[in-house]
Formats: sequence, structure tokens, C-alpha cells
Amino acid sequence: MRLVKSGQVVADDYIRVGDDAPIPDDVPAIVSAARLIAEADAILRRQAPTGVLWPNSRRVAELAPHLDRLALVALEFPKFRDGRAYSQARLLRETYEFRGELRATGDVLRDQFMFLLRAGFDAFEVKKDADAAVFASEIARHSVFYQPTGDGRVAASRARLGRPA
Amino acid sequence: MYVYDDLDRTLLAERVSEFRGQVARRLSGELTEDEFKPLRLMNGVYLQLHAYMLRIAIPYGTLSTPQLRMLAHIARRYDRGYGHFTTRQNIQFHWIKLEELPDAMADLAGVGMHGMQTSGNNVRNITTDQWAGVAPDEIEDPRVWAELIRQHVTLHPEFSFMPRKFKIAVGSSSHDRAALRIHDMALRLYRNDAGEAGFEVMVGGGLGRTPYLALTIRPFLPARDVLSYVEAVLRTYNQFGRRDNIWKARIKILVHELGPEAFAKEVDAEWQSIKDGALVLDPAVVTDIGSRFRYPQYERLEDSPAELARARAADRRFDTWVNSAVSNHKVSGYAIVTLSLKPEGGTPGDATAEQMDAIADLADRYSFGEVRVGHEQNLALPHVAQRDLPALWRALDKIGVATPTIGLVSDIIACPGLDYCSLANARSIPVAQEITRRFHNLDLARDLGRLHINISGCINACGHHHVGHIGILGVEKNGEEFYQITIGGRADEEARLGILIGPAVPYAEVADVVEDIVEAYLELRARPDEIFLETVERLGVEPFKERVYATR
Amino acid sequence: MTSPLDKKLKIKGPVLITANRVGDGAVIYRTGEGGWTTQFERAAVVTTAPAAIELLDAAVADDLGAVGAYVAPVRLEDGGKLRPGNLRERIRLAGPTIDLPLMAAIPAVGGP
Repeated sequence: MRLVKSGQVVADDYIRVGDDAPIPDDVPAIVSAARLIAEADAILRRQAPTGVLWPNSRRVAELAPHLDRLALVALEFPKFRDGRAYSQARLLRETYEFRGELRATGDVLRDQFMFLLRAGFDAFEVKKDADAAVFASEIARHSVFYQPTGDGRVAASRARLGRPA
Repeated sequence: MYVYDDLDRTLLAERVSEFRGQVARRLSGELTEDEFKPLRLMNGVYLQLHAYMLRIAIPYGTLSTPQLRMLAHIARRYDRGYGHFTTRQNIQFHWIKLEELPDAMADLAGVGMHGMQTSGNNVRNITTDQWAGVAPDEIEDPRVWAELIRQHVTLHPEFSFMPRKFKIAVGSSSHDRAALRIHDMALRLYRNDAGEAGFEVMVGGGLGRTPYLALTIRPFLPARDVLSYVEAVLRTYNQFGRRDNIWKARIKILVHELGPEAFAKEVDAEWQSIKDGALVLDPAVVTDIGSRFRYPQYERLEDSPAELARARAADRRFDTWVNSAVSNHKVSGYAIVTLSLKPEGGTPGDATAEQMDAIADLADRYSFGEVRVGHEQNLALPHVAQRDLPALWRALDKIGVATPTIGLVSDIIACPGLDYCSLANARSIPVAQEITRRFHNLDLARDLGRLHINISGCINACGHHHVGHIGILGVEKNGEEFYQITIGGRADEEARLGILIGPAVPYAEVADVVEDIVEAYLELRARPDEIFLETVERLGVEPFKERVYATR
Repeated sequence: MTSPLDKKLKIKGPVLITANRVGDGAVIYRTGEGGWTTQFERAAVVTTAPAAIELLDAAVADDLGAVGAYVAPVRLEDGGKLRPGNLRERIRLAGPTIDLPLMAAIPAVGGP
């Protein structure tokens, strides 16, 4: 697994902390959803950045009250065919206006990079090293998009206004 | 029809290039089949019994002649010289090689065609009435809206990995020819009392193991809101549709498990937060898309020109064909011509490359270069001047697409079935062929009147058997092919599921059963012009059940 | 639709392993030499579940050579001739049971 951000393979600043382990004070840490909900006040008073791994079976509305103190939300693709996290990502970005790191985890493959990016993910735990290496070139293959998302790319229907038929 | 611009072409070219890369990675082993399968499905590539199958989208059933000629080319160059038009206005080729697919897709992209989202857990081809734009009873051409929605859902990043497939139909006429209520979502375009354009939104239809008819969750949605509302429905489905059981994964299950009111509320809650955002339909965008549709420059012509009347009087075969295959057009002096792909003993919906080329030539000459594909697996020429009907008919007759049985007993809708399809339990094509042989007598077929037979080779119901006047479903019992018979189904604005008449019958007896049903109808009908469906609605299934099972 | 792969393996007679070739989708049969053949007569036939599972596992592992491998029944006729064991396999071997459109004559013009 390789972490990709801004089109490059990078080191992961965050550690994953198990539900029974103490959370170190000065290290960026990702906790489980259950732990976040149960210990929200304590966890979110941390100085170091905190992230949560949110399951794709839970509504992100439950997470919304905590977003302004979260630096990272990690969403899950248990199998790449399970696309629930695409909706979660868009809700987090576009409805709840989450601005922190939105990380795709699980079965994250090259052929979904463009979809993930457009849905609002900006960090990718890429399953295969070879896929991580081609992230930038994979994204570069796509220049026309029919529909708008929160990513700012202009939809074709807008781009063609004013051009003759 | 919609004319592609450089943006549309670029999107397709990028997709072709991407797929070429994916095929190469599959053939090199870099991608496993497990990883590759959803990718090929997203491009319409199935694995069937004998080979791969390529399903090509024909958006809302509208084809230009260059596109039809390209389909002929695909049939010749990459397949075995023929193609199969489907119940979703698509075309399938059954003998495709994976290693040649990138080239085939590049060829198709050259005329703005593709197999994107004709398979996979995404939004499939958006279908309409095949007479869209020319039917007299149409309120407004639904294809502009179908195109707007098509673009919105194509390669949509959020909705490419949904629980299951999602089929949308758009309609806009008093008589529903698009089978709206058997779709996951149907949008019926109309104007309210204030004259505003909008949609009745119906959700939760679908056939298969648990058939349902779509329910209205919003009686009137203003047209400007259609994209945001579709988005809200898809987002609700993507999040909450079942993913634990492939047989329970369609939106129809979600709608019926939650109940339509609760479902509509869930959609509405989501919709409220996005309805005034980026998806509001800018009238400029609607106008722009509409301007990219080419409409014919019709001449000013009179209805029933003298030469037509003369030709009908002079040639009984021609007259018979006109009665069968020619329908009224909203522009005077013109007609809609249905081309039958149901010759006696033939495979419903198949056309050879030669036929496709010939039809393209005729469409150029007589139909402003446009052809339509109907979900009943026939084609149509939508803009034929009535004065050209005699010459057109002679040409159609020569290429075998003038069988005068449109809407009659031998105009059968059938899936490919076990002869082709890896999902099938039983064959459907030879069953259809035998029925057409039994009813080859045109006088009898005409006397029976409108009678829709639908045949499916398995419970997935691609033949739409649940909504056939007579529905035939192939099942397997102890290694033998058996068929369940339903009657009384219909797919129009009064949509209804057919009712099983009794135990399944063996392959060799299906045509006999149809004959028994037909005999019972002839005896029981109140008047010659009471069609079979009406007799069933009046009398129920009992009399037919008795007749069929008296000796079985 | 239950794929043949999902069924618990119960052998009720001789079986072979069949699949489709990755490159062109052609119907293929697993041989006893650890490869594939399009020739039905050269298929490896086994009669016990463990043997079938072993053959199937090897077939499935050959992700590059074959797609969709599964266990299919065969019949051994008197004289030892191998035949497909059900209609589906007969159709996969011999092709559709109907004439393909090219072979169907276009109806004659004229007549009643």
C-alpha cells in the first residue's frame, strides 16, 4: 500500500490507533468511528491532528458535528465495487463543507482514481504500488466531464455554452 | 438526433484509450479478471456461452445512417455478420473477441457510439418511445431531456458502483410506448394546469425475480429540477440499496421495503440540500442541447396523396403492409414506418449487416437519414413522406423487413435465451420461431388482432415476459426445458403484471399452448375487435387455464 | 443466477472443467496436462469430487488463460465416446441450436 497525495507517493504522517490502545499526544492519529463517537470530547481536544475511519455503512450526518475539529476523514471501499463511500465523500465535501484531508482506503485501484478525485478525495491509500506510481498519468487521461461535482471542474454542458452547434 | 461536438468526441476518445489500456493490462496479467470484470462491464462487454458479447448503446433508440452503417461494419469485421436489437433499444453482438474490442470501440467512437454503461452497476441506456419527436400524441420531444440526463449520468463519479443497475425511461405521450412503469425510474414529461413543463417521477419498477411496477413518488417535478432530483434518487439508492443479496439489490426492493412515502421522504431530504445548487437546469443549457438535435426540413405535403391510394388499391400485399406497419405522423403528408425484424421462422430482433446497410440507404433516401430502434425489437423510419411509401415498401420487402405483422401474434419479443446467454435456463428463440410458424397465416394473425407475446429464457426477464399479453418464461426442471405461461400483462400506461395460468409445460408443447389460448380467445371474445388482452381482463384467467390444462 | 462455481461440489457422474479463453472468449476445456483445449474429446474427465476440485482450482488459478471456469457434466456413451452432459454444454460445444441469420434465406418477394 502506498499513500498518494497531490499526485505523488508520500509518507503517511498518521498512525492508526486501535480501540483499546492509548492515543499518543503529539502524533497525528486516526481512530475508529466507534471510538470517536464514544470519546469525542477527549479525542478532539488533542493538539495533534485527529482523523477518523468512518465505515461506509454509517451516515456521515452522524459525523457532521465533529468535522470542524477533525483534520482527516478516511472512508472505506471494502471492495472497489462497493461505491457507498463516493456518496459519503461528496456529502462531506459539498453538503458539510469538510475541508480537511479526505482519504480513500481499502480496495483502491487505479481505474477508480478519477472517480475518487472528482468525488472529493484528496488522499489515496493505493492498494498496488504500480498503481500508485501512475496516479498522475492516470488522472491526465481525462479532460472532459459531463457532470459537475464539488471539485470545480467545469461540466461539458457549461463549457459548450456559447459555442456554435 | 443529437449531434456530437468536440467535447463529446473527446470524452469518447479518452474512454477508448482508457479501455485499450485496461484490455492490455488484462491480457498481460497485470489486472485479474476480478478487477477487470467491472471495467469491461462498464463498457458493455459481457462473457456469454460462446464468446464475449458487446452491447452498444443506442441512446433513446435514435440512430443516424452513418451509425447504422458502422454497426453493419462491426457485424462484418468483428462478429459473424449480424447483430441483435434488444428490449432496451440497444444492439448486441454475440461473437466478439476481447483482443479486438479496443479497435471495435475506436471504430464506434468515430460515429459517436460506445458501449459505456450498457452493463455494470450504473445508470444504463436511457430509453424513450421510439416514435419520439414524430408521434401525433406527443406533448414534447422527450429526447432532449433524455440526452440531458444521459450526459449527467455518464461516467458519473458517484454512481458508477451502485448496488445494482439502474434503468431510466423518459416518456411524453398519452399512450405509453416506452414501458415506463417497468423501469427503476420513469419520467413522464407533461405540462401542468399552469402550463409549466415538468415530470411525473416514478421509481421502483423492474421485472426479474420480484417484479414490481414503478410508483409515483413525485406527481409534478418542475423541469428545471430534473437533474438534481435524479441525483437525489441515485444518491439515496447508492447509500441505502441492499448490497448483501444480488436478488434484493435493485431500487425496487428499497422502495418497497421502506414504503414509497418513506422512500420519497428520504429522497426529498437529500434533494432539499442540493436542489438550488449547481444542478439547477439553466435554460441556456436546455436550449443548447436542444439546438444540437437535428430535425428534418419537412416539405409541405398533403395527407393521403393520390398515388398512395392508387398503389393501395392496385396491390393487396402493399395495402396489407400499410395497414400493419405505417402509423400516423404529427406532420401532415408524412408517416412513421415500422420495419419488422420478425420474419417467419427468424430470430426476433436480428438483422444482418446487409440488411443494416440497405436500411441505412433507404433511410437516407426516405427518412432524412434517421432510423429508430424500438424496445419491441423492431426498427422504424420516422420521417417518411406518404408518397414514397410504395417505393419504400418494395425495397423493404426485398430485404425481408416488411413482414406485415406489427403488434400481432408473430411480432414476438424474445431475449437471446440459452442459445447465447450464460444466464439462461432455457431457449427462447426456437420457441418464438415455432410460434411464428404456427401463426404464419396472415388472415388468422390479423383476425387475432393485437397480441403481444414476450419470451424470457430465465427469471432475469430480459424478454419482459411479465408484461406480455402472453408471457412465456423458460425454467429448468431436471435438466429439461419447461415454460411457465402468464397472460394479461401489459406495459403501457395501464401497466399490469401477467398472471400464471398453471404448471410449466415442456418445450415441445409451448406452441400448442399458445394455440389453445388463442382458440379459447376466439371463442370467448365478445366482438371481433375485442383484443385478447381485453378478453382476459373481462373474464380472468380461469377459462384460459381450463382450456390449456384440460388435456395436460 | 447461481453460477456453477457457487454450488457445493457434488459429483454425480463424470465431469470436466470448462471455461472461456480470455483473448477471444472461445469455449475451452481443461486438459490432463494442465492446459486448455478447444477440442472437447481432449478434455480431462474425472469422476470424484476431490479430483474435480483439484482440476478446478488449477483452472481458476490460470487467470490469464481462462475466465469463468466451472465444473460441467459429461456423458460417457457405450463405446466410451464423450458427450456434453446437458443442454447448456451441448450448446456451448456446437453453437446455437438455431440457424444464424446469414444462413436464413431472405423471404421470396411476391406471393400472397
